[in-house]
Amino acid sequence: MASIELRLEIEDLYTAYAATLDNDDLDAWPDLFTEDCLYQVIPRDNFDRDLPLALIRCESRAMLRDRVTAVRETTMFEPRYVRHLISNIRVSPETDGVIEVQANYAVFETMTDAYTRVFNVGRYLDKLVREDGRLLFSEKRCVYDSVLVPNSIIYPI
Amino acid sequence: MSVSHADNAPLVTWPNDGYDRIPYQIYTDPEVYRQELETIFYGDSWGFVALEAEVPNAGDFKSAWIGERPVIVTRAEDGSVNVIANRCAHRGVKFCHNDSGNAENFTCPYHQWMYDLKGNLLGVPFRRGIDGQGGMPKDFDRANHGLDKLQVHCENGAIFASFSETVEPFADFLGPEMLGYFNRVFDGRELSLLGYSRQLIPGNWKLMMENLKDPYHASLLHIFLITFGLFRADNQSSVAMDDTGRHACLISKRGEQKHTGKTRDMKRLWEDFNLQDSRILDPVPEFPGDATVVMQTLWPSLIIQQQSNTLAMRQIVPRGPGGHELRWTYFGYTDDDEEMTRRRLRQANLMGPAGLVSVDDSEVLKVSQDGIEPFEEAAAVAEMGGRETESQDHMVTEVGVRGFYKYYRQIMGL
Repeated sequence: MASIELRLEIEDLYTAYAATLDNDDLDAWPDLFTEDCLYQVIPRDNFDRDLPLALIRCESRAMLRDRVTAVRETTMFEPRYVRHLISNIRVSPETDGVIEVQANYAVFETMTDAYTRVFNVGRYLDKLVREDGRLLFSEKRCVYDSVLVPNSIIYPI
Repeated sequence: MSVSHADNAPLVTWPNDGYDRIPYQIYTDPEVYRQELETIFYGDSWGFVALEAEVPNAGDFKSAWIGERPVIVTRAEDGSVNVIANRCAHRGVKFCHNDSGNAENFTCPYHQWMYDLKGNLLGVPFRRGIDGQGGMPKDFDRANHGLDKLQVHCENGAIFASFSETVEPFADFLGPEMLGYFNRVFDGRELSLLGYSRQLIPGNWKLMMENLKDPYHASLLHIFLITFGLFRADNQSSVAMDDTGRHACLISKRGEQKHTGKTRDMKRLWEDFNLQDSRILDPVPEFPGDATVVMQTLWPSLIIQQQSNTLAMRQIVPRGPGGHELRWTYFGYTDDDEEMTRRRLRQANLMGPAGLVSVDDSEVLKVSQDGIEPFEEAAAVAEMGGRETESQDHMVTEVGVRGFYKYYRQIMGL
């Protein structure tokens, strides 16, 4: 079983992850990943059937930064807030320096002129590694249940 | 402002005799919408329902939609592809709940009427009653109580269906030029399924078709397309249509990431934008000819996407006058090597509900509907590139939109 210290450290990482997205601190979001990370947002029906298509597929931290630039500079979208709740964190024993973590998440979305709605719900299937003493995501797969996306996904999940 | 329908008055008063004005009422009026379903979606048209690669084996099935009607695509034991309505012939239950799967037959959960993969009624429990009590009348004939069976056409791996028995053959429906473009991607090679995405866009279904018939917006709205020259008005390009105007292709050849003498009005071209990881824009030529992008729109509600190496069917499912579901089916070919598959998956970052390009469109369609609904008596203007409806060899035009409404007015009697 993972130590209490490790669990707290992992919880801190997820809290920091949510904070970058919820508090419009997007530029800090890629810093939570390794340089050669894999980040994917995958509809559950593709995942369950081993179909490889992801809505977002970033194969490096550099691609994450390009995503951030797109949100910041190139994409046309209506302003909105997002808020992540992450829970049911399950930690597997470390193997060869890799800690596998699963967690449930819910993302709420608030447009300027509407009530808050449940935007995207699913689970994270993650791999964590330690670099320079810090835990980072080497892989993060966001597998979402609500296959039908309410219009557009602007911010990462 | 609401528009009332007096008896015998036309459903919609079109602002003029041409096709360069589009009354907002057709994006908002429930009566217009109801007639569109009847006349367009359930009438003489072919609707895309699945790829053959989604139902490769006997017993495979896949749920799909034509208009608002749920249908099931099946592969029967004899290898045939069938499309049947997902509505029990008894009391109307939408009996199949799975998106896809494999089955020997379908049984309605309510009274367990059972159908084969072609929609024939196989059995009805208690048909002869119990101990002589109850049961169906003696003249009940199973042959008269099968599921609705649709017309089916398979074109090089893509399955189309129609509720109409009088729909023209698929090749005539497309016409030779549009069939040629269709068969450029569907060239007979076996397709491989890469996956799906779906989004619910709060805009009338026709706004999405217009979007893909309007190359004019792409050079202004989409920074990604403009900056990297993927689709831009100074590229060699054209808008092709069939004789009726109902189908179209936007065809273009990739240009450079730099301003040319023709890009002055493209305020969003960003010459200094360098991707930190450019692998999402690593296209390789794979189709005959110069074109690097062909976006084909088939009446009434299918978009076939070939942008660089991303291939997808985008099927529009109308959901009331104010919204539609866009169902994306991404595919490649079974003879793709690993690197080509990876390339298709990377380039898919540009498309879909989170696409670096497509998001601009889903967002713009939402605010279009927001602006249209409260001003139902106004009309849209579509006269870029003139007021005519003939094919044009450039993309500074809304001719594809006019062609669409030329056919729309004709078939809707408006």
